[in-house]
Amino acid sequence: MKDSLVIIGFFIAGILLGFFGLLPESLTGSGITMYALYALIFSVGFSVGNNPGILKEFRRLNPRLALLPVMTILGTVAATALLGLVLPHRTVAETMAVGSGFAYYSLSSVLITEYKGAELGTVALVSNIVREFITLVAAPLLVRWFGTLAAISSGGATTMDVTLPAVVQASGEKYTVLSMYHGFVVDFSVPFLVTFFCSL
Amino acid sequence: MLIIFGFLVAGFLCGFLLRRIRIRWVGKVTTALVWVLLLFLGIEVGSNRELIRSLPSLGLEAVAVSVAAILGSCLMALALWRWTESRKPSGRTGGGDNEESEKEGTVR
Repeated sequence: MKDSLVIIGFFIAGILLGFFGLLPESLTGSGITMYALYALIFSVGFSVGNNPGILKEFRRLNPRLALLPVMTILGTVAATALLGLVLPHRTVAETMAVGSGFAYYSLSSVLITEYKGAELGTVALVSNIVREFITLVAAPLLVRWFGTLAAISSGGATTMDVTLPAVVQASGEKYTVLSMYHGFVVDFSVPFLVTFFCSL
Repeated sequence: MLIIFGFLVAGFLCGFLLRRIRIRWVGKVTTALVWVLLLFLGIEVGSNRELIRSLPSLGLEAVAVSVAAILGSCLMALALWRWTESRKPSGRTGGGDNEESEKEGTVR
């Protein structure tokens, strides 16, 4: 929660700096965002590969429940595609790209900004923060309405860190490994899916 | 797009090769990079008057996408949950590996 607030703080600070023109133009157009993005992607991959604990736990999972990340991804992509048909100013590919952030707002908004511009990037930032927020707040309710696995699914890519405590509290402690595995897989799918839908 | 995947896979491999040493500061580097990039996203939004004016409607769209995404994934999660539960009795013959999941079923 505190992390999200700091993130929003930086975003708002950026808006104010840009709005009042407090920065030289050369800084924003210089392409350092691209290098920072590459470094970010590299470190995301690094931290996933550098976590032997999760990799080891994979084998002990109930094989049917191991499908959960796939269900999360399919459900999100299908529902946001339907929404894309309804929303007047958005294409199906755009809403799918935003949905494919799976609450991983930092990475998805940065990627979408790079490929589709700051407008859709802002939608992605807010949308994925909201997804994390809803998961944190409504996890018990989601479990009551949609069954035990719903809280994990709702948390998307964040179920191995930020939303893990809330999700485990709602679903039960024995789902800790499933939740982490789910976050791990969905997390790794974000850069692939977001760039894919942005290229459509 | 390929460059992005290349960096992701390269990072994963480096992290995996160095897995005996837990490198904790990578998380801090990630956080710092995210801060920088979102500051720049903010700057881009802030210096674009048109974008500033459309912020409320962008926010509405964002909420619509997240609600749709959560409903969609929760429905699929419900389907998977029903499927795992329904298959449980037949798993009884499957041997020791299924015992854990049977226990899970009785608790709920």
